[in-house]
Amino acid sequence: MTPDAVGPHGRWGVTGALVILTAPIIVLYGWLLLASFSVTITGLVPHGLTLANWRFLWQTLPNEANAWVAAGNSLTFAVTVAVFEVLVGAMAAYALSRLTFPGRGLFLGSTIVLHSFPSVTLLIAIFLILRALGLYDRLAGVILVKLALDLPLGIWIMKGFFDGVPWDVEMAALVDGYSRIRVWWKVMLPLIRPGLFAFAIFAFLSGWNEFLLPYVLLPSQGSQTLSVLMASLSGEERFADYGLVTALSVFYILPAVAVFALTQRYLLRIFSGGVKG
Amino acid sequence: MGALEAAPAPRRRGAVRDVLRGAASPVLFLGPAVLLIAALFLAPAVVTVVISLTNLSVATGLTHYRWIGVANYGQIAHSPWLVLVLRNTVLYVAATLVLFNVGFALVLAILTAHLSERAAGVFRVLWMLPRITPSVILALMWRWFAAEPPYGTVSQVLGLVGIPGHNWMNAHPWAFVVALNGFVGASFGMIIFSSAIAGIPRDQYLAAQVDGASAWQQVWRITLPRLRWPILFVTAYQTLSLLTSFEYILLTTNGGPGFYTTEVWSLYAFHLALSNYFGNTQFGLGAALAAVLVVLGLGASLVYLRVFRFGELVAAPRIEVN
Repeated sequence: MTPDAVGPHGRWGVTGALVILTAPIIVLYGWLLLASFSVTITGLVPHGLTLANWRFLWQTLPNEANAWVAAGNSLTFAVTVAVFEVLVGAMAAYALSRLTFPGRGLFLGSTIVLHSFPSVTLLIAIFLILRALGLYDRLAGVILVKLALDLPLGIWIMKGFFDGVPWDVEMAALVDGYSRIRVWWKVMLPLIRPGLFAFAIFAFLSGWNEFLLPYVLLPSQGSQTLSVLMASLSGEERFADYGLVTALSVFYILPAVAVFALTQRYLLRIFSGGVKG
Repeated sequence: MGALEAAPAPRRRGAVRDVLRGAASPVLFLGPAVLLIAALFLAPAVVTVVISLTNLSVATGLTHYRWIGVANYGQIAHSPWLVLVLRNTVLYVAATLVLFNVGFALVLAILTAHLSERAAGVFRVLWMLPRITPSVILALMWRWFAAEPPYGTVSQVLGLVGIPGHNWMNAHPWAFVVALNGFVGASFGMIIFSSAIAGIPRDQYLAAQVDGASAWQQVWRITLPRLRWPILFVTAYQTLSLLTSFEYILLTTNGGPGFYTTEVWSLYAFHLALSNYFGNTQFGLGAALAAVLVVLGLGASLVYLRVFRFGELVAAPRIEVN
């Protein structure tokens, strides 16, 4: 489809239609931003402006984790998840795309079956297993669980990237005596770098937002992530300080929005094969 | 095998090593992923099914539970809420899927395709916002959005045109639940459809324009037919996602208002297995409900996989070099 298909008048019509459809989102986030700087707010009308809602930036809230420490934990969690998901997933995806071995179809089929397990109902079992492995209440344990739960879909997506690389490139390297692992690292990965980059961004965002896993499996305050701090602040409905909660929400969403806005041009590649050029 | 046979035959010792290396490669490449998935996804899934055969609960603890066979499943089958919860689940999945995850997503993808890349990017970022907003925050925002006067935005805006305000979440819980989930879900389809549209050769549209086709005809005749597979993919994938997702319902209506008005299957399992009002969390029964949900999901997957021609997706590599 092309921008010129509808002409200049049509383009205004299209923009207008999109603005109307998008209005609820604009209002929702506009409200959040306004509320974070208001003493109280009714609808979209703020009453009294204040910076006090943002006090978590320069002081630790009583009985809560420090917001910057929590942000650091979230960052560690999200970056580690993204890096390992790409590495481990890309290895498995390469094997599934390029090698024949017994159980290949079974593996691909069973990852889809696993997707239909609601991860929340697995929590009891995951808790028991983590405890047995001595990984309960440790950041490493939550990272491993998140990796395990997200890898099946990641492998499927990255298999698509490898499927899109022509065979002759790889063949030439193999005939030249490259080992499989060297072909994977030196030849294949650089070719699908745009797709891997896009996938890493999505994995990062998913890790940044993860709530349930750290909430259940990482109860200690020192290793609390932003999402858990958020839930803790907004939990006690009647006593919640909504100005504070909305300010912390903006603080929490902002990095994710920035990452997405800066990279969204490349993110479409994840669904269009991810191969360069 | 395959094309490498054209290369000069390696010496005998080398051949043995090649065979060994051939077997080692899949293990090496798949090992980490398989280990992780087996230990922390597959094993919990199996343990969940095993738990569903016990009366494990907070009352029994981890030591005093009994094996009760399929009694949990019998209890589900005879539950007076079975029909209601099933009906809710179908309504939730079908309405969100058709109206938003596919319907809205298509409209957004087609509309943004008519804009410049920069303008389209703005709308894409806006629509991705709900997806990258933590669920706790988004639920809070929607509750305030729909709140009663003087706090709710919807009530305030409608008040300007004289429509009396009230708590819209409690007045129209289903519309609220579907809209909230739909505004999160639409971006997935939007991105997939957008990239599929971007892949359609421009000349097809130019040729149609030369022939005098209207914008609407171009959408109907060129774009939509090319979106068949992406639409199927989004439908299949999002059906499973919706079946198992209940976080937003939990954080807003929590199955209400009133008795089980918006209680869907996965939320029902969560309520029984992890947060029970009566203080006795029934892990066994919750696990059985989860297992039934998996069967429902599998049924849907099998139908979709058939439509998708799964065989082609997992077809073995055409040329094998080991």
